[in-house]
Formats: sequence, C-alpha cells, structure tokens
Amino acid sequence: MVGLPLLAAGISALVPRRVGSAVTCASSVAAAALALEIARIVVERGALIVLPGWIEVDGLGALIVVLVSLVGVTTSLFSWGYMAGHETGGSPAAYFANFNLFLFSMLAVPVLAEPNVTWIAVEHTTLLSVFLVAFEGTRAALEASWKYVVLTLSGAAVALLGFLLLYAVYQGAGGTGHYTWQALLRAAPRMDPSLALLAFLLVLVGLGTKVGLAPLHTWLPDAHSQAPSPVCALLSGVETSAVLYVILRLLPVLRAVPGSGADRWAEGAGLLSAVVAAFLLLQVSDYKRLFAYSTVEHMGIILFGAALATSATGFAASFQLVTHAFTKSFCFLAAGMVLTATGTTRVDHVRGLTRRSPIAAGALLLGALAIGGAPPFAVFLSELTLIRGGLAAGDYLSVAALVGVLGLAFIGILVPLHRMAFSGSPDEDETRHRSLPRTCVAAVALAAIPVLVLGVYVPPPVHALLARAAALVAR
Amino acid sequence: MNTSLLDALNASAGAIFLLAAFGMVATRQAMASLRLFVVQAAALAASAFLLASRGEGYHLWATGGITVVTKVLLLPWLLRRTIQSDVYVKREIDQVFNIPTSLLLALVLVLFAFGLSRSLRSLLPEAARTVNLPVGLGGLLLAAYTLTVRREAVPQVMGLLALENGAFFVGIAVARSLSVIAELAAGFDIIVTVVILGLLTRAIRERLGTTSVGRLTSLREEGSSQRAGAS
Repeated sequence: MVGLPLLAAGISALVPRRVGSAVTCASSVAAAALALEIARIVVERGALIVLPGWIEVDGLGALIVVLVSLVGVTTSLFSWGYMAGHETGGSPAAYFANFNLFLFSMLAVPVLAEPNVTWIAVEHTTLLSVFLVAFEGTRAALEASWKYVVLTLSGAAVALLGFLLLYAVYQGAGGTGHYTWQALLRAAPRMDPSLALLAFLLVLVGLGTKVGLAPLHTWLPDAHSQAPSPVCALLSGVETSAVLYVILRLLPVLRAVPGSGADRWAEGAGLLSAVVAAFLLLQVSDYKRLFAYSTVEHMGIILFGAALATSATGFAASFQLVTHAFTKSFCFLAAGMVLTATGTTRVDHVRGLTRRSPIAAGALLLGALAIGGAPPFAVFLSELTLIRGGLAAGDYLSVAALVGVLGLAFIGILVPLHRMAFSGSPDEDETRHRSLPRTCVAAVALAAIPVLVLGVYVPPPVHALLARAAALVAR
Repeated sequence: MNTSLLDALNASAGAIFLLAAFGMVATRQAMASLRLFVVQAAALAASAFLLASRGEGYHLWATGGITVVTKVLLLPWLLRRTIQSDVYVKREIDQVFNIPTSLLLALVLVLFAFGLSRSLRSLLPEAARTVNLPVGLGGLLLAAYTLTVRREAVPQVMGLLALENGAFFVGIAVARSLSVIAELAAGFDIIVTVVILGLLTRAIRERLGTTSVGRLTSLREEGSSQRAGAS
C-alpha cells in the first residue's frame, strides 16, 4: 500500500501528462482501497503487524492512513484537471512524480513502528513536498517554499534532539529489544520524569513547527496558500495531521511517566494556538490564507482535546482529525475552483461570484460553513463532542476560551467569503475567466460527500475505527 | 589507549566543534561557512570514533563512518554541483547585527547551554556526557542563531545542517545502540536535504536573480496588498 505511490511516482516521471494523471489517480484509488482493507483488519484485531518492530499499524495509525489515502484520491483527481489547463510553472511529469512521492512519505509516517525512523519519515514529508510548494515558480511561491523548508527542517532538528534524548531515557528505564512505540509505552513507568519531559518538549516545539502550532506557524499560511490548490489540500488537510499524529503518540507515553506533567504543556500549546489563529483570521485578505489559519486553529483544538485525555475528548480529538482532513481538503479544492474561475486569491478582488461561477461559489460557501463549524456539518459535531467532553472533565475556563475561539473563527471565515459570493457584480472586463475542468468538479463533488454525510450520520465501521484510535490517544 | 587520554581527545573534538560553530556565526563568506561546516562534521565524526574506542558501543563506528562519507565528503561535492560557483564568493556586507555583537550574543547562548546541561547532567550517568551534552546543545543554539541572522542562502543551509550536527553531537553520547537502519536512513536524509536545498537555491537564483533569501519578504499580511494574486 505504501509502495504504490512510490511506483506511481516512478511511472509518472517518465510518461506524458495525460498518462501521468491517469496513473496517479489509479494508484491513489488502489492505495485507498488497500487502506480501507487495513482499517477493517485493524478494527477487527486491534493491530496489523506486517514486519514486527518495523511496520505495525494500530487504530491511530490506520486512521491516519485512511485519511491520507482518501484525500489522496480527491486531490489526484483534482490535479488532473488542474494540470490539464496549466501553462506556467514546472513540468507536469515533475508535478505528478513529486505528488506521488509526497503521498508516499505521508503514508510512511503512521505505519512505521520505530520512533526514530518515524522522525525520518516526517522529515521526508517536508523534503518531498518542497517542489510542490514551489511549483508555480513565482516569487511568492519560491519565497514560501524557502521559508517552509528552512523553518520546518530546523524544527525537525530540534525534534531530532528530542527523539535521541527519548531513546536515552528509554534505555535508562531498562528498555530492551525492538525500540517501538509499544516498547516505549511499556518502559514509560520507569522513566526519569524530568528528562522525559525535556525530550517531549523538544519534540513538541520541533514538530509543532511543522504542525503549525502558534507561535511557530509563520511559514504555514505562506506555504499553504502559494502551493497549487490540490497540494494545499494535502498540506493543510492531512500533512499537518500526519505530523500531529507523532505528538499524539507521545502524549500517552508521557502520561504513563509518573509526574511528567506533559499534558498540561500540550493543553496550553493547543489552546494558545487556537486563540492566536482565531485572532489572526480576522485580518486576512486572501481566501487561501484564511483556510490556512483555520488549519492552525484546528491543530490546536485537536491537541487540546487529546491532552485532556478523557475518553470523550480522546474520541472528539480523533473525530476532529477526520472532519478536519475531509473538510479542509474540500475547502482548498473549492478555493482552487474559485482561483481557476477568477484568477485571484484576494478576497476584495472577487465579487459576485454566484453569478460568475455558481458551482465554485456554492462549493466555497459550503466549505466555509462546514469548516467554520456550522451545523449540520461534521466539524460542528466533532467540536460539540469536544466541548461536552471538556465540560465533563471540569475544565470550564479552557472550554470557555475554546467556545470564544470557535465563534471568532466562524465570523472570521464566513464574513469575507460571504462577501465574495454575494456582494457586488462581477467585473465584466475580467479576461482570466476560465471554465472549470470536469475532473475538478468531479473531485470537489467527491470530496463533498464525507463533509455532508459525517455531520448527520457516522457509519458503524468509521465509529469503530474512531473508538480504536481514541482508546490509543486517551490511554 | 587509556580512558583519560580518550576523554581529553574527545574534549578537544568538542572544542573544535564549538569553534566551528562560532566561526559560522562570524564569517561573511559563503565558501568559508561551507568549510567550517565540514570541519564541524569532522569533529562530530572524531567524537563518535573516540567514544567508540572508549567502548561506548560498536554502532558508533558506523555513525562516525556515515558522518564522514555523507557530511565531510559527499555534501560539499553535491552542494558545489547544484549551486553555481559565484554564489560562494559572495560576501554579506550587512548582517542583522554586526560581528562583535553577534559573537557576544553567541557567547551568551553557549553559556546558557552549559548552564542548562549542568542542571541536567546529574540525571545522565556517563562521564562522556560532560562534554557532548553541553557542546552539542551549544552547537544547536549557535546554529539556530546563525540561521536567524544570515541572509544568504548558502550560510542559511549550513546553519540548518549544523543544527542537525548539534543534535547528533548530543545523540552519540546519550543514545547508545541506535539501530543501524535508522542511522543509514539519517545519512540518506542528509543527502536528500542537501540536494533539495541546493536545487531550490538554484531555482531561486535563476528566477529571482538573488540568493539573499533573507530579503524575500513579500509574504506578509500587511504587505500583501501590493502583491498581485498568485496565478
């Protein structure tokens, strides 16, 4: 399953554009089918061990695998149409090769069992996506990709120190045999609390840079707005989650270390990130950046929920991972349609979108409502679960702050996008008007399904997988 | 060889490591910062070999060997192949701070690293950690400082890689018997990093005609009004 995108990368680097698109789509569909099969096995047996000590998938890992591969399907379909009407930037072969390599690195993160190797996979999610961010070749895109690579790799180096210290702490606790996430958890009760906490904080700061936790998020709106839209959908929808997954893995370990207090740090970091992002949302003038800041906010919320560590908030955090991945990728695909239709990402340059391109306007509004957390969409449900879980845990002050953040973010997202859709009339002399490729519309329609369905109905298999993941997060 | 001699040699490797880090803060030339990085990587490898002969674990021979091959030999060659030669002779006339100020700040950072390690050291059993922990932490902080004050692409890349050197300098002393697969992958990771950063620098130079990446500041909320919508 993980190898499929790698194979597709090799093929699509060599063949012409049309074939490259088809190969990428086919391999992502196949990878998604395999991912669902893996998830089914994990739900049944609790874990799938492919190569003991190296490749092991449990509930949380399976959840991330499913999210990455499903978003991979919609984004590769969108890429087809995106590349078909593309004249500037790099070559299509390079695009699809990089696209598949990036998918490969993200699928590798959740299935690797040794923490140090997981770190290497995380580093590669940056390295293999740099040229996707820089793909347009504009000044802004190059600047964004430089910022992206330098900041996230420095974060990774800090995290590396954390991982090496963690390994030392693990050995100090008498850990032997294969070094895996499981072994780490077993050795945790005998670990030195202050060194373990130091290692965790180094990882939190280092990988938090890549997840986009405020105040280390500065690169994120740049990279997540300058990349081609389908890449934004991957970066914002699942790459951040795939990296946050590593922090979520560590939290239960630190919880098992007597008196480490790591949960309080994570809770604070999550809440701070959500609050900062909500305020920054209010001053954004670019609709893709708007969605990027919303990612910073959501990552904070998920971390907050996981750190509260009751079974209800653990479930809410896992659910939020799912709703965020589907909804945010949908938002960026919708934004991609708007960009194709209007040729600008500035909020104040787009007016009367409903008349110019009803499909794009409808998708954008749907995305805005869904990601802002309006009922009856999935994000509303997951956030409500989290608020209820937080209240049950007795953390009233933080929950109050969270409710404020959600309200602020709702206003911050909806007001500008509403204006884009309804107010004024479109510029008639606007020449960059292009019709939307059919594959793009199909991709957006496909991406809309989970956004619409999960808010009113969570199918039993999804629920079972979430329960598995939640049990691991809130252990 | 006896242990005290090896310890003394390891301390010298640490001193060279830290001096190279100071040099990277102070130098104006891109080429010099590449050379200093190679010196630093060699000191890292030397420390790994010394710890290995002190009996800290056979895997350290592999660590040292991988470091020599990737960072000392392959890396400079790869960088010079991907980035055109005129980038290396460039001098940065104005840094964010002038050099004496920078060095003073760097000194403060290193003192902080030593102070921090003193409080942690009692928790770590082995004698080798008296050198590697403070020096590695100091190297990490100096590299982070280099990264923030340098504006040219090549010195920034060197700062980035020196961050990883710092982490590894601590790592070789505290994390024993790391799996060889992880180490090989980390070596591979360095190569990929260098190639990608090199290619990106080249793209920036070709498209924008500059490698002063610190001066690229169009992407800010307040500055975005001048920016035309991205295509």
